[in-house]
Amino acid sequence: MENKVLKRVDYIFQESSVVEVIELITKTFKKTPDDIILDVIDSGLRGRGGAGFPTGLKWRFAKNEDSPVKYVICNADEGEPGTFKDREILETVASKVLAGMCICGHSIGAKEGFIYLRGEYNYLLPHLSKVTDDFNNQLKTKNIDFTVYIKSGSGAYICGEESALFESMEGKRGEPRNKPPYPTISGYNAKPTVINNVETLVYAYMICKMGVEKFKELGTKDSRGSKVFSVSGDTPNAGIFELELGMPLKDFVQDFGDGDTKAVQVGGASGHCVPRKHFNETIIGFEGIPTGGSMMIFNSSRSMYNVLHDYLEFFTEESCGQCTPCRVGCQQLLKGIEAVKKGERKPQYLDELKKLSATMKVAAKCGLGQSVANPFNSIIDNFREEIIY
Amino acid sequence: MSNIETLVKTLVEKHGKTRNSLMPVLQGIVKEERFLSEEAMISVACELDLSAAEVYGTASFYTFLDTVPRGKNVVRICKTISCHMKGKDEIIEALENALKVKVGETTSDKKFTLLTANCLGWCHKGPVMLVNDAVYPEITPQKAIEVIEDYVKNTK
Repeated sequence: MENKVLKRVDYIFQESSVVEVIELITKTFKKTPDDIILDVIDSGLRGRGGAGFPTGLKWRFAKNEDSPVKYVICNADEGEPGTFKDREILETVASKVLAGMCICGHSIGAKEGFIYLRGEYNYLLPHLSKVTDDFNNQLKTKNIDFTVYIKSGSGAYICGEESALFESMEGKRGEPRNKPPYPTISGYNAKPTVINNVETLVYAYMICKMGVEKFKELGTKDSRGSKVFSVSGDTPNAGIFELELGMPLKDFVQDFGDGDTKAVQVGGASGHCVPRKHFNETIIGFEGIPTGGSMMIFNSSRSMYNVLHDYLEFFTEESCGQCTPCRVGCQQLLKGIEAVKKGERKPQYLDELKKLSATMKVAAKCGLGQSVANPFNSIIDNFREEIIY
Repeated sequence: MSNIETLVKTLVEKHGKTRNSLMPVLQGIVKEERFLSEEAMISVACELDLSAAEVYGTASFYTFLDTVPRGKNVVRICKTISCHMKGKDEIIEALENALKVKVGETTSDKKFTLLTANCLGWCHKGPVMLVNDAVYPEITPQKAIEVIEDYVKNTK
Protein backbone atom coordinates (compact mmCIF):
# COMPACT_ATOMS: atom_id res chain seq x y z
CA MET A 1 0.00 0.00 0.00
CA GLU A 2 1.12 3.51 -0.71
CA ASN A 3 2.38 5.20 2.39
CA LYS A 4 0.48 8.43 2.49
CA VAL A 5 -2.10 10.13 4.60
CA LEU A 6 -5.46 10.35 2.89
CA LYS A 7 -7.46 13.40 3.75
CA ARG A 8 -10.38 15.69 3.15
CA VAL A 9 -10.17 17.61 -0.10
CA ASP A 10 -12.27 20.26 -1.79
CA TYR A 11 -12.64 19.97 -5.55
CA ILE A 12 -16.17 19.02 -6.38
CA PHE A 13 -17.99 21.83 -4.55
CA GLN A 14 -15.73 24.66 -5.76
CA GLU A 15 -18.12 27.03 -7.44
CA SER A 16 -18.18 27.25 -11.17
CA SER A 17 -20.42 29.41 -13.33
CA VAL A 18 -21.99 28.29 -16.59
CA VAL A 19 -19.66 30.67 -18.45
CA GLU A 20 -16.58 29.09 -16.84
CA VAL A 21 -17.62 25.53 -17.64
CA ILE A 22 -18.41 26.47 -21.24
CA GLU A 23 -14.91 27.91 -21.56
CA LEU A 24 -13.45 24.65 -20.35
CA ILE A 25 -15.66 22.68 -22.74
CA THR A 26 -14.44 24.66 -25.76
CA LYS A 27 -10.86 24.21 -24.58
CA THR A 28 -11.36 20.46 -24.08
CA PHE A 29 -12.94 20.08 -27.51
CA LYS A 30 -9.63 21.01 -29.12
CA LYS A 31 -8.70 17.43 -28.29
CA THR A 32 -10.12 14.58 -30.33
CA PRO A 33 -12.89 12.48 -28.75
CA ASP A 34 -10.47 9.54 -28.62
CA ASP A 35 -7.92 11.57 -26.68
CA ILE A 36 -10.53 12.74 -24.18
CA ILE A 37 -11.65 9.15 -23.63
CA LEU A 38 -8.01 8.07 -23.22
CA ASP A 39 -7.58 10.74 -20.55
CA VAL A 40 -10.62 9.49 -18.66
CA ILE A 41 -9.41 5.89 -18.92
CA ASP A 42 -5.89 6.89 -17.85
CA SER A 43 -7.24 8.81 -14.83
CA GLY A 44 -8.58 5.56 -13.38
CA LEU A 45 -11.97 7.17 -12.74
CA ARG A 46 -14.57 4.58 -11.78
CA GLY A 47 -18.31 5.10 -11.41
CA ARG A 48 -19.23 6.94 -8.22
CA GLY A 49 -22.77 5.56 -7.96
CA GLY A 50 -21.66 2.38 -6.25
CA ALA A 51 -20.94 -0.20 -8.94
CA GLY A 52 -17.57 1.30 -9.84
CA PHE A 53 -17.37 0.51 -13.55
CA PRO A 54 -14.41 2.25 -15.27
CA THR A 55 -15.93 5.41 -16.74
CA GLY A 56 -13.57 5.80 -19.68
CA LEU A 57 -14.21 2.24 -20.86
CA LYS A 58 -17.95 2.84 -20.75
CA TRP A 59 -17.46 5.91 -22.93
CA ARG A 60 -15.23 4.00 -25.34
CA PHE A 61 -17.76 1.18 -25.73
CA ALA A 62 -20.46 3.70 -26.62
CA LYS A 63 -18.15 5.58 -28.98
CA ASN A 64 -17.35 2.36 -30.84
CA GLU A 65 -21.03 1.73 -31.58
CA ASP A 66 -22.09 2.76 -35.06
CA SER A 67 -25.35 4.62 -34.56
CA PRO A 68 -26.61 8.05 -35.68
CA VAL A 69 -28.46 8.44 -32.37
CA LYS A 70 -26.78 8.00 -28.98
CA TYR A 71 -27.63 9.35 -25.55
CA VAL A 72 -25.92 10.53 -22.38
CA ILE A 73 -27.92 10.05 -19.21
CA CYS A 74 -27.14 11.48 -15.82
CA ASN A 75 -28.45 9.14 -13.15
CA ALA A 76 -29.84 11.43 -10.45
CA ASP A 77 -32.18 8.81 -9.02
CA GLU A 78 -30.29 8.83 -5.77
CA GLY A 79 -32.27 6.48 -3.57
CA GLU A 80 -29.80 4.39 -1.60
CA PRO A 81 -30.60 4.90 2.08
CA GLY A 82 -27.97 7.14 3.62
CA THR A 83 -27.01 8.82 0.34
CA PHE A 84 -27.70 12.49 -0.28
CA LYS A 85 -24.60 13.83 -2.02
CA ASP A 86 -26.04 13.98 -5.57
CA ARG A 87 -28.79 16.27 -4.31
CA GLU A 88 -26.18 18.64 -2.88
CA ILE A 89 -24.07 18.49 -6.07
CA LEU A 90 -27.09 19.35 -8.23
CA GLU A 91 -28.11 22.09 -5.85
CA THR A 92 -24.72 23.78 -5.71
CA VAL A 93 -22.65 22.89 -8.80
CA ALA A 94 -25.13 21.73 -11.46
CA SER A 95 -23.14 23.47 -14.21
CA LYS A 96 -20.27 21.01 -13.69
CA VAL A 97 -22.65 18.05 -14.06
CA LEU A 98 -23.96 19.51 -17.32
CA ALA A 99 -20.39 20.07 -18.51
CA GLY A 100 -19.52 16.44 -17.78
CA MET A 101 -22.54 15.36 -19.82
CA CYS A 102 -21.55 17.59 -22.71
CA ILE A 103 -17.95 16.35 -22.72
CA CYS A 104 -19.23 12.76 -22.67
CA GLY A 105 -21.68 13.53 -25.50
CA HIS A 106 -18.90 15.02 -27.64
CA SER A 107 -16.64 12.02 -26.93
CA ILE A 108 -19.15 9.32 -27.83
CA GLY A 109 -21.10 11.17 -30.54
CA ALA A 110 -24.34 11.94 -28.70
CA LYS A 111 -26.39 15.07 -29.24
CA GLU A 112 -28.91 14.66 -26.46
CA GLY A 113 -28.52 14.26 -22.73
CA PHE A 114 -31.06 13.60 -20.00
CA ILE A 115 -30.96 14.09 -16.27
CA TYR A 116 -33.24 11.58 -14.56
CA LEU A 117 -34.05 13.30 -11.27
CA ARG A 118 -35.81 11.35 -8.55
CA GLY A 119 -39.30 12.61 -7.71
CA GLU A 120 -38.30 13.21 -4.10
CA TYR A 121 -36.00 15.98 -5.37
CA ASN A 122 -38.70 17.82 -7.35
CA TYR A 123 -38.02 20.90 -5.25
CA LEU A 124 -34.76 21.21 -7.22
CA LEU A 125 -36.56 21.43 -10.56
CA PRO A 126 -36.98 25.23 -10.83
CA HIS A 127 -33.28 25.83 -10.10
CA LEU A 128 -32.02 22.94 -12.21
CA SER A 129 -34.22 23.88 -15.18
CA LYS A 130 -32.90 27.44 -15.05
CA VAL A 131 -29.24 26.36 -15.04
CA THR A 132 -29.93 23.79 -17.76
CA ASP A 133 -31.69 26.33 -20.03
CA ASP A 134 -28.84 28.76 -19.54
CA PHE A 135 -26.31 26.03 -20.32
CA ASN A 136 -28.18 24.88 -23.44
CA ASN A 137 -28.39 28.44 -24.75
CA GLN A 138 -24.69 29.07 -24.20
CA LEU A 139 -23.84 25.83 -26.04
CA LYS A 140 -25.92 27.07 -28.98
CA THR A 141 -24.01 30.34 -29.15
CA LYS A 142 -20.78 28.31 -29.36
CA ASN A 143 -22.29 26.11 -32.07
CA ILE A 144 -22.01 23.00 -29.93
CA ASP A 145 -24.73 20.56 -30.92
CA PHE A 146 -25.75 19.13 -27.55
CA THR A 147 -28.92 19.66 -25.51
CA VAL A 148 -29.79 18.53 -22.00
CA TYR A 149 -33.34 17.70 -20.91
CA ILE A 150 -34.67 16.85 -17.46
CA LYS A 151 -36.90 13.86 -16.71
CA SER A 152 -38.50 13.20 -13.34
CA GLY A 153 -38.90 9.97 -11.48
CA SER A 154 -41.90 9.14 -9.33
CA GLY A 155 -40.65 7.47 -6.19
CA ALA A 156 -39.12 4.14 -7.12
CA TYR A 157 -35.70 3.10 -5.74
CA ILE A 158 -35.29 0.48 -8.44
CA CYS A 159 -35.22 3.15 -11.16
CA GLY A 160 -31.67 3.94 -10.05
CA GLU A 161 -30.80 0.62 -11.71
CA GLU A 162 -29.76 1.76 -15.17
CA SER A 163 -32.00 -0.45 -17.30
CA ALA A 164 -35.02 0.16 -15.04
CA LEU A 165 -34.31 3.87 -15.47
CA PHE A 166 -34.51 3.50 -19.28
CA GLU A 167 -37.80 1.62 -18.94
CA SER A 168 -39.14 4.43 -16.77
CA MET A 169 -38.06 7.07 -19.30
CA GLU A 170 -39.85 5.04 -21.97
CA GLY A 171 -43.08 5.26 -19.98
CA LYS A 172 -42.98 1.74 -18.60
CA ARG A 173 -42.85 0.07 -15.20
CA GLY A 174 -39.37 0.40 -13.77
CA GLU A 175 -38.45 -3.24 -14.21
CA PRO A 176 -34.77 -4.01 -14.91
CA ARG A 177 -33.92 -5.63 -18.24
CA ASN A 178 -31.80 -8.69 -18.86
CA LYS A 179 -28.13 -7.92 -19.52
CA PRO A 180 -26.52 -8.21 -22.00
CA PRO A 181 -27.12 -6.18 -24.07
CA TYR A 182 -25.48 -3.49 -21.96
CA PRO A 183 -26.58 0.16 -22.18
CA THR A 184 -23.58 1.15 -24.31
CA ILE A 185 -25.04 -1.09 -27.02
CA SER A 186 -28.76 -0.82 -26.30
CA GLY A 187 -29.92 1.63 -23.66
CA TYR A 188 -32.60 4.33 -23.78
CA ASN A 189 -34.86 3.79 -26.83
CA ALA A 190 -32.61 0.79 -27.64
CA LYS A 191 -29.84 3.22 -28.68
CA PRO A 192 -26.23 3.23 -27.42
CA THR A 193 -26.33 5.08 -24.12
CA VAL A 194 -23.80 6.15 -21.54
CA ILE A 195 -25.40 6.39 -18.14
CA ASN A 196 -23.25 7.88 -15.39
CA ASN A 197 -23.90 8.91 -11.83
CA VAL A 198 -24.11 12.67 -11.09
CA GLU A 199 -20.80 12.67 -9.23
CA THR A 200 -19.00 10.64 -11.90
CA LEU A 201 -19.87 13.27 -14.50
CA VAL A 202 -18.49 16.04 -12.30
CA TYR A 203 -15.20 14.15 -11.87
CA ALA A 204 -15.00 13.59 -15.63
CA TYR A 205 -15.24 17.37 -15.98
CA MET A 206 -12.71 17.88 -13.17
CA ILE A 207 -10.23 15.55 -14.89
CA CYS A 208 -10.44 17.70 -18.03
CA LYS A 209 -9.95 20.78 -15.87
CA MET A 210 -7.18 19.74 -13.46
CA GLY A 211 -5.48 17.27 -15.75
CA VAL A 212 -5.08 13.53 -15.42
CA GLU A 213 -1.87 13.65 -13.37
CA LYS A 214 -3.31 15.87 -10.65
CA PHE A 215 -6.36 13.61 -10.35
CA LYS A 216 -4.14 10.54 -10.10
CA GLU A 217 -2.30 12.06 -7.17
CA LEU A 218 -5.50 11.65 -5.16
CA GLY A 219 -6.51 8.36 -3.60
CA THR A 220 -4.69 5.06 -3.93
CA LYS A 221 -3.47 2.85 -6.77
CA ASP A 222 -6.73 0.91 -6.91
CA SER A 223 -9.02 3.79 -6.01
CA ARG A 224 -7.96 6.88 -7.88
CA GLY A 225 -9.34 10.27 -6.99
CA SER A 226 -11.61 11.56 -4.31
CA LYS A 227 -15.24 10.82 -3.56
CA VAL A 228 -18.15 12.57 -1.92
CA PHE A 229 -19.39 10.82 1.20
CA SER A 230 -22.78 11.15 2.83
CA VAL A 231 -22.29 10.76 6.56
CA SER A 232 -25.26 10.12 8.84
CA GLY A 233 -26.34 8.28 11.97
CA ASP A 234 -24.60 8.55 15.34
CA THR A 235 -22.06 11.21 14.50
CA PRO A 236 -21.45 14.78 15.63
CA ASN A 237 -20.41 15.58 12.03
CA ALA A 238 -23.32 14.48 9.86
CA GLY A 239 -23.17 15.90 6.36
CA ILE A 240 -21.43 15.78 3.01
CA PHE A 241 -17.65 15.43 2.80
CA GLU A 242 -15.24 14.95 -0.06
CA LEU A 243 -12.48 12.52 0.94
CA GLU A 244 -9.69 10.79 -0.89
CA LEU A 245 -10.59 7.22 -1.75
CA GLY A 246 -8.84 4.30 -0.08
CA MET A 247 -9.05 5.62 3.47
CA PRO A 248 -8.93 3.04 6.26
CA LEU A 249 -12.26 2.84 8.07
CA LYS A 250 -10.52 3.39 11.41
CA ASP A 251 -9.38 6.85 10.27
CA PHE A 252 -12.88 7.62 9.11
CA VAL A 253 -14.38 6.58 12.44
CA GLN A 254 -11.72 8.63 14.23
CA ASP A 255 -12.95 11.72 12.40
CA PHE A 256 -16.65 11.05 12.28
CA GLY A 257 -17.52 8.67 15.12
CA ASP A 258 -18.97 9.80 18.43
CA GLY A 259 -16.45 7.81 20.47
CA ASP A 260 -18.90 4.96 20.93
CA THR A 261 -19.11 3.62 17.36
CA LYS A 262 -20.20 0.01 17.23
CA ALA A 263 -20.57 -0.45 13.48
CA VAL A 264 -20.53 1.42 10.19
CA GLN A 265 -22.79 0.52 7.31
CA VAL A 266 -20.63 1.23 4.26
CA GLY A 267 -22.54 1.68 1.01
CA GLY A 268 -26.08 2.10 2.25
CA ALA A 269 -28.74 -0.54 2.81
CA SER A 270 -27.29 -2.62 -0.02
CA GLY A 271 -23.75 -2.28 1.36
CA HIS A 272 -21.81 -4.01 4.11
CA CYS A 273 -22.01 -3.61 7.86
CA VAL A 274 -18.54 -3.42 9.38
CA PRO A 275 -18.25 -4.08 13.14
CA ARG A 276 -15.71 -2.30 15.32
CA LYS A 277 -13.33 -5.29 15.37
CA HIS A 278 -12.80 -4.90 11.60
CA PHE A 279 -12.31 -1.12 11.44
CA ASN A 280 -8.51 -1.48 11.29
CA GLU A 281 -8.27 -3.68 8.22
CA THR A 282 -11.22 -2.27 6.24
CA ILE A 283 -10.43 0.08 3.36
CA ILE A 284 -13.08 2.41 1.94
CA GLY A 285 -12.46 1.98 -1.76
CA PHE A 286 -12.33 -0.52 -4.58
CA GLU A 287 -9.58 -2.54 -2.86
CA GLY A 288 -11.84 -2.90 0.18
CA ILE A 289 -15.51 -2.01 0.34
CA PRO A 290 -16.63 0.06 -2.64
CA THR A 291 -19.40 2.51 -1.89
CA GLY A 292 -21.70 5.03 -3.49
CA GLY A 293 -20.79 7.20 -0.53
CA SER A 294 -23.33 6.26 2.11
CA MET A 295 -21.70 5.96 5.54
CA MET A 296 -24.16 5.26 8.34
CA ILE A 297 -22.66 5.19 11.80
CA PHE A 298 -24.25 3.22 14.64
CA ASN A 299 -23.23 3.52 18.28
CA SER A 300 -23.67 1.03 21.09
CA SER A 301 -27.20 2.23 21.87
CA ARG A 302 -28.52 0.84 18.57
CA SER A 303 -30.10 -2.56 18.06
CA MET A 304 -28.68 -4.16 14.95
CA TYR A 305 -31.88 -6.20 14.72
CA ASN A 306 -33.78 -2.95 14.16
CA VAL A 307 -31.23 -1.85 11.59
CA LEU A 308 -31.50 -5.09 9.62
CA HIS A 309 -35.28 -5.10 9.98
CA ASP A 310 -35.40 -1.58 8.52
CA TYR A 311 -33.23 -2.56 5.57
CA LEU A 312 -35.27 -5.69 4.81
CA GLU A 313 -38.52 -3.75 5.00
CA PHE A 314 -37.00 -1.28 2.57
CA PHE A 315 -36.00 -3.97 0.08
CA THR A 316 -39.32 -5.78 0.41
CA GLU A 317 -41.13 -2.57 -0.52
CA GLU A 318 -38.73 -1.49 -3.24
CA SER A 319 -38.27 -4.85 -4.99
CA CYS A 320 -39.93 -4.43 -8.39
CA GLY A 321 -41.48 -7.87 -7.96
CA GLN A 322 -40.49 -9.03 -11.41
CA CYS A 323 -38.23 -11.93 -10.46
CA THR A 324 -39.13 -14.51 -7.82
CA PRO A 325 -35.78 -14.76 -5.98
CA CYS A 326 -35.93 -11.08 -5.06
CA ARG A 327 -39.69 -10.65 -4.59
CA VAL A 328 -40.17 -13.71 -2.37
CA GLY A 329 -36.64 -13.75 -1.01
CA CYS A 330 -36.90 -10.29 0.55
CA GLN A 331 -40.26 -11.16 2.14
CA GLN A 332 -38.97 -14.44 3.56
CA LEU A 333 -35.77 -12.92 4.98
CA LEU A 334 -37.87 -10.32 6.77
CA LYS A 335 -40.40 -12.86 8.08
CA GLY A 336 -37.51 -15.13 9.01
CA ILE A 337 -35.68 -12.73 11.32
CA GLU A 338 -39.01 -11.74 12.89
CA ALA A 339 -39.75 -15.42 13.61
CA VAL A 340 -36.30 -15.98 15.13
CA LYS A 341 -36.67 -12.87 17.28
CA LYS A 342 -40.05 -14.03 18.57
CA GLY A 343 -38.67 -17.48 19.28
CA GLU A 344 -40.99 -19.14 16.77
CA ARG A 345 -37.93 -20.43 14.95
CA LYS A 346 -34.68 -21.78 16.34
CA PRO A 347 -31.55 -19.62 16.03
CA GLN A 348 -30.17 -22.14 13.50
CA TYR A 349 -32.88 -20.96 11.12
CA LEU A 350 -30.65 -17.95 10.45
CA ASP A 351 -28.29 -20.31 8.60
CA GLU A 352 -31.17 -21.40 6.37
CA LEU A 353 -31.88 -17.75 5.68
CA LYS A 354 -28.24 -17.21 4.74
CA LYS A 355 -28.61 -19.94 2.13
CA LEU A 356 -31.62 -18.08 0.78
CA SER A 357 -29.66 -14.84 0.56
CA ALA A 358 -26.89 -16.73 -1.26
CA THR A 359 -29.48 -17.98 -3.76
CA MET A 360 -30.71 -14.43 -4.26
CA LYS A 361 -27.15 -13.32 -4.96
CA VAL A 362 -26.87 -15.69 -7.92
CA ALA A 363 -30.48 -15.89 -9.08
CA ALA A 364 -31.91 -12.36 -8.79
CA LYS A 365 -32.11 -10.46 -12.04
CA CYS A 366 -30.55 -7.17 -10.94
CA GLY A 367 -28.37 -5.55 -8.34
CA LEU A 368 -31.21 -5.00 -5.88
CA GLY A 369 -31.91 -8.68 -5.21
CA GLN A 370 -28.27 -9.64 -5.61
CA SER A 371 -27.05 -7.23 -2.97
CA VAL A 372 -29.53 -8.00 -0.17
CA ALA A 373 -27.06 -10.65 0.96
CA ASN A 374 -24.49 -7.91 1.75
CA PRO A 375 -26.29 -6.32 4.70
CA PHE A 376 -27.99 -9.57 5.65
CA ASN A 377 -24.85 -11.69 6.00
CA SER A 378 -22.66 -8.96 7.44
CA ILE A 379 -25.18 -8.15 10.17
CA ILE A 380 -26.10 -11.78 10.94
CA ASP A 381 -22.44 -12.84 11.05
CA ASN A 382 -21.28 -10.00 13.27
CA PHE A 383 -24.31 -9.39 15.47
CA ARG A 384 -25.98 -12.78 15.57
CA GLU A 385 -26.86 -12.55 19.27
CA GLU A 386 -28.69 -9.27 18.72
CA ILE A 387 -30.88 -10.88 16.08
CA ILE A 388 -31.74 -13.83 18.32
CA TYR A 389 -32.18 -12.26 21.77
CA MET B 1 -65.04 17.71 -22.85
CA SER B 2 -64.54 17.18 -19.12
CA ASN B 3 -61.89 19.06 -17.17
CA ILE B 4 -59.70 16.01 -16.94
CA GLU B 5 -59.86 15.38 -20.70
CA THR B 6 -58.80 18.97 -21.33
CA LEU B 7 -55.92 18.61 -18.89
CA VAL B 8 -54.76 15.37 -20.54
CA LYS B 9 -54.95 16.94 -24.01
CA THR B 10 -52.89 19.93 -22.87
CA LEU B 11 -50.27 17.69 -21.27
CA VAL B 12 -50.01 15.42 -24.31
CA GLU B 13 -49.61 18.45 -26.55
CA LYS B 14 -46.82 19.75 -24.31
CA HIS B 15 -44.88 16.48 -23.98
CA GLY B 16 -45.63 14.82 -27.33
CA LYS B 17 -47.86 11.99 -28.44
CA THR B 18 -45.47 9.11 -27.71
CA ARG B 19 -45.12 6.40 -25.12
CA ASN B 20 -42.02 8.20 -23.82
CA SER B 21 -44.34 11.00 -22.68
CA LEU B 22 -46.38 8.74 -20.43
CA MET B 23 -44.49 9.51 -17.21
CA PRO B 24 -44.50 13.33 -17.62
CA VAL B 25 -48.19 13.24 -18.57
CA LEU B 26 -49.12 11.15 -15.53
CA GLN B 27 -46.93 13.36 -13.33
CA GLY B 28 -48.69 16.43 -14.72
CA ILE B 29 -52.10 15.01 -13.82
CA VAL B 30 -50.98 14.10 -10.29
CA LYS B 31 -49.62 17.63 -9.84
CA GLU B 32 -53.07 19.07 -10.59
CA GLU B 33 -55.39 16.39 -9.23
CA ARG B 34 -53.16 14.68 -6.62
CA PHE B 35 -54.14 11.24 -7.97
CA LEU B 36 -54.96 9.35 -11.18
CA SER B 37 -58.65 8.57 -11.52
CA GLU B 38 -59.92 5.82 -13.78
CA GLU B 39 -61.26 8.53 -16.09
CA ALA B 40 -57.84 10.19 -16.24
CA MET B 41 -56.02 6.97 -17.04
CA ILE B 42 -58.52 6.00 -19.77
CA SER B 43 -58.22 9.47 -21.24
CA VAL B 44 -54.40 9.20 -21.29
CA ALA B 45 -54.67 5.77 -22.93
CA CYS B 46 -56.86 7.23 -25.70
CA GLU B 47 -54.59 10.22 -26.29
CA LEU B 48 -51.35 8.18 -26.38
CA ASP B 49 -52.92 5.27 -28.25
CA LEU B 50 -52.13 2.74 -25.52
CA SER B 51 -54.33 0.23 -23.75
CA ALA B 52 -55.75 1.42 -20.44
CA ALA B 53 -54.09 -1.61 -18.81
CA GLU B 54 -50.67 -0.39 -19.91
CA VAL B 55 -51.30 3.04 -18.45
CA TYR B 56 -52.51 1.50 -15.21
CA GLY B 57 -49.53 -0.88 -15.23
CA THR B 58 -47.10 2.03 -15.33
CA ALA B 59 -49.07 4.20 -12.91
CA SER B 60 -49.45 1.49 -10.28
CA PHE B 61 -45.70 0.84 -10.25
CA TYR B 62 -44.72 4.24 -8.91
CA THR B 63 -45.25 5.40 -5.33
CA PHE B 64 -45.81 9.03 -6.36
CA LEU B 65 -48.40 8.15 -9.03
CA ASP B 66 -51.33 7.48 -6.75
CA THR B 67 -54.34 5.67 -8.18
CA VAL B 68 -56.54 6.27 -5.13
CA PRO B 69 -57.90 9.70 -4.12
CA ARG B 70 -55.51 11.84 -2.10
CA GLY B 71 -55.92 15.06 -0.17
CA LYS B 72 -54.95 18.45 -1.60
CA ASN B 73 -51.68 18.18 0.31
CA VAL B 74 -49.76 14.94 0.52
CA VAL B 75 -47.56 14.71 3.61
CA ARG B 76 -44.77 12.12 3.55
CA ILE B 77 -42.55 11.27 6.50
CA CYS B 78 -39.29 9.47 5.79
CA LYS B 79 -39.22 6.19 7.68
CA THR B 80 -35.80 4.87 6.64
CA ILE B 81 -33.12 4.09 9.23
CA SER B 82 -31.43 7.48 9.77
CA CYS B 83 -34.77 9.27 10.20
CA HIS B 84 -35.98 6.34 12.29
CA MET B 85 -33.00 6.85 14.63
CA LYS B 86 -33.72 10.59 14.80
CA GLY B 87 -37.32 10.11 15.90
CA LYS B 88 -39.65 9.81 12.91
CA ASP B 89 -42.11 7.88 15.12
CA GLU B 90 -42.74 10.97 17.27
CA ILE B 91 -43.38 13.07 14.15
CA ILE B 92 -45.85 10.54 12.80
CA GLU B 93 -47.62 10.33 16.15
CA ALA B 94 -47.90 14.13 16.39
CA LEU B 95 -49.30 14.38 12.87
CA GLU B 96 -51.72 11.51 13.38
CA ASN B 97 -53.09 13.31 16.43
CA ALA B 98 -53.19 16.72 14.78
CA LEU B 99 -54.82 15.54 11.56
CA LYS B 100 -56.92 12.83 13.25
CA VAL B 101 -55.94 10.22 10.66
CA LYS B 102 -53.65 7.20 10.59
CA VAL B 103 -50.78 6.79 8.13
CA GLY B 104 -52.27 6.04 4.71
CA GLU B 105 -55.49 7.96 5.38
CA THR B 106 -56.91 11.25 4.13
CA THR B 107 -58.58 13.84 6.37
CA SER B 108 -62.35 14.14 6.08
CA ASP B 109 -62.04 17.66 4.64
CA LYS B 110 -59.78 16.17 1.92
CA LYS B 111 -57.03 18.67 2.71
CA PHE B 112 -54.33 16.21 3.82
CA THR B 113 -53.16 12.67 3.19
CA LEU B 114 -50.57 11.31 5.62
CA LEU B 115 -48.06 8.81 4.22
CA THR B 116 -44.63 7.42 4.99
CA ALA B 117 -41.86 7.22 2.40
CA ASN B 118 -38.58 5.41 1.91
CA CYS B 119 -35.31 7.38 2.10
CA LEU B 120 -35.91 10.97 0.97
CA GLY B 121 -32.19 11.83 0.85
CA TRP B 122 -31.84 14.04 3.95
CA CYS B 123 -30.27 11.49 6.31
CA HIS B 124 -27.91 14.08 7.85
CA LYS B 125 -30.85 16.34 8.70
CA GLY B 126 -33.48 13.88 9.82
CA PRO B 127 -36.24 13.48 10.53
CA VAL B 128 -37.52 14.91 7.27
CA MET B 129 -41.00 15.63 5.98
CA LEU B 130 -42.16 16.24 2.43
CA VAL B 131 -45.37 18.22 1.83
CA ASN B 132 -46.16 17.90 -1.87
CA ASP B 133 -42.75 18.88 -3.35
CA ALA B 134 -41.54 21.01 -0.44
CA VAL B 135 -38.91 19.61 1.94
CA TYR B 136 -38.85 20.20 5.71
CA PRO B 137 -35.61 18.81 7.21
CA GLU B 138 -34.71 18.58 10.91
CA ILE B 139 -38.35 18.61 11.85
CA THR B 140 -39.66 18.31 15.42
CA PRO B 141 -43.22 17.29 16.36
CA GLN B 142 -43.92 20.96 17.17
CA LYS B 143 -42.47 22.23 13.87
CA ALA B 144 -44.34 19.58 11.89
CA ILE B 145 -47.65 20.76 13.33
CA GLU B 146 -46.78 24.41 12.63
CA VAL B 147 -46.02 23.58 9.00
CA ILE B 148 -49.33 21.75 8.68
CA GLU B 149 -51.16 24.73 10.25
CA ASP B 150 -49.67 26.98 7.56
CA TYR B 151 -51.01 24.66 4.88
CA VAL B 152 -54.43 24.64 6.57
CA LYS B 153 -54.52 28.43 6.31
CA ASN B 154 -53.36 28.46 2.71
CA THR B 155 -55.50 25.60 1.38
CA LYS B 156 -58.93 26.68 0.20
